[in-house]
Amino acid sequence: MKKTHIPDIKSCNQESSWLYSDIVKDHFFNPRNILIQEKEYQADGIGIVGSPACGDIMVVWILVDARKSTIRECKWRTFGCASAIASTSMMSVMATENGGMSLTQAKHLTPEAIIERLGGLPDRKYHCSVLGHQALREAIEDYQNSQLKKKDV
Amino acid sequence: MTKNTPQTTIYLDHAATTPLDSEVYEAMLSISGDIYANPSSMHSQGRRAFDILETARKTIATSLNAHAHEIIFTGSGTESDNMALYGVAHAYKKYGTHIIISAIEHKAVLASAHRLEKEGFEVTYLPVNNDGCINIQDCLAAIRPDTTLLSIIYANNEIGTVQPIAELSTALQTLRGNAPTPLLHTDACQAVGMLPVDVQTLNVDLLTVNSSKIYGPKGMGLLYIKDGVRLEPLIVGGSQESGKRAGTENIALAHGFAIALEKSCATHGATSKKLTQLRTHFINGLRSTCPDIILNGHPTKRLANNVHISIPYVEGESLVLLLDTYGICCATGSACSSTDLTPSHVLRAIGITDERIHGSLRFSLGKSTTKEEIDFTVASLSQCIHKLQSITAMPHMYNTNNA
Repeated sequence: MKKTHIPDIKSCNQESSWLYSDIVKDHFFNPRNILIQEKEYQADGIGIVGSPACGDIMVVWILVDARKSTIRECKWRTFGCASAIASTSMMSVMATENGGMSLTQAKHLTPEAIIERLGGLPDRKYHCSVLGHQALREAIEDYQNSQLKKKDV
Repeated sequence: MTKNTPQTTIYLDHAATTPLDSEVYEAMLSISGDIYANPSSMHSQGRRAFDILETARKTIATSLNAHAHEIIFTGSGTESDNMALYGVAHAYKKYGTHIIISAIEHKAVLASAHRLEKEGFEVTYLPVNNDGCINIQDCLAAIRPDTTLLSIIYANNEIGTVQPIAELSTALQTLRGNAPTPLLHTDACQAVGMLPVDVQTLNVDLLTVNSSKIYGPKGMGLLYIKDGVRLEPLIVGGSQESGKRAGTENIALAHGFAIALEKSCATHGATSKKLTQLRTHFINGLRSTCPDIILNGHPTKRLANNVHISIPYVEGESLVLLLDTYGICCATGSACSSTDLTPSHVLRAIGITDERIHGSLRFSLGKSTTKEEIDFTVASLSQCIHKLQSITAMPHMYNTNNA
């Protein structure tokens, strides 16, 4: 009979399938555009979405290039799962790449577009964890409301 | 954060399933090629298979202090739980259609109860206190003349709370007198190997054990059914397992299961003593490196191997995946990690907030767990928490411009 040594515990140091795509993993382990010093950050707009009951909470801060009406900086923080972290990170990259997205474009950023750039997400994660675009939209509206108030004064 | 390439696995998810004991594996290998005949066959090869099966049953019966004919082999702990609930509810229907389960039962019991409700049975979900303990008086008060079954988990699989099953059964016996119902079932899947599991002392009518939680093979479980207790089978066909569970028995799995159970029952005292010390060391380590953590479940009436915590403002799935990069395997009750995206019903039943459920982690130690592994886990967890707390957000932390 073949004698096999079976240790109580096997090494995990071997290739195995991952729950998430490589891009999701990359953005989860190395999230981009995290706002670390939020107290000193003078944002032009802030957006908050989510609830812990369903899962995740997300805050997005933006700086706006008022002349070009584009997003100059998009920072965020989240009390969320891996796909929430990765999708918000990717959203912040999309909002700011190539000189920054126009506010109009950014308000219409869809979760599908973010998920496509992430190389997909597990089906069950589709609706609950991709909230970044909503927070971004709120941040833009927050900015636009504050501009209207300035005009009123 | 430095991302280590894991060299070794630190497996702290024994409540999910245990690795296969090497002695059990060898024992199964030694018979699986050679013993192939059907134990129901009359020829000598069939009788060889039958002998191994019945020896396994006797070994198990001895370990649990039961009679061999009271042990029914099944395909899993889940099947045993299903069988206990459906089997008793249907067999005793003429005595009533009401059953009682605790609010923190394993999903195998919970889902069976839900299905029975759809079939017209009534189910009372017995609440537990904030530590996850049932109250025996509440339990007795919930019993009605038409109650046929109580199912109370011996030790909970998530928070490890141990229930006073023997005390409950004594009270139940007094109440029941000579009446055939209500019967008492307990799911002892997590208890075997950690607590004494003696069916005479526990004085239960039905008891579930799962092989894959006690270093035995997967795909194997048992239901202890006390002499005289009737049960309508779930799976019908041949008259295997005293007509209670049809289908050709898996001899190798039964053989392995018996060895695993015998070992677990014989060593539970030493195992739980060792693991209680490690658990205390673990909790103390966690409290000194991450003072914010909260221990969920009862401080002492819990399984020796269970450490269930909540970490403020850090999500559980993220933590599990980060710890995985250190080679550390654990679990979370966070909705994000469950396939149905709902927070754990057990954690909700003990009244902890959604935020705390969102940041919950379960470490379940095993017989091979070492102090060094625990120390490495504490240090790694502290790094993971630090990383996630540095990117976390809670609405009350911020004052928005339009607030």
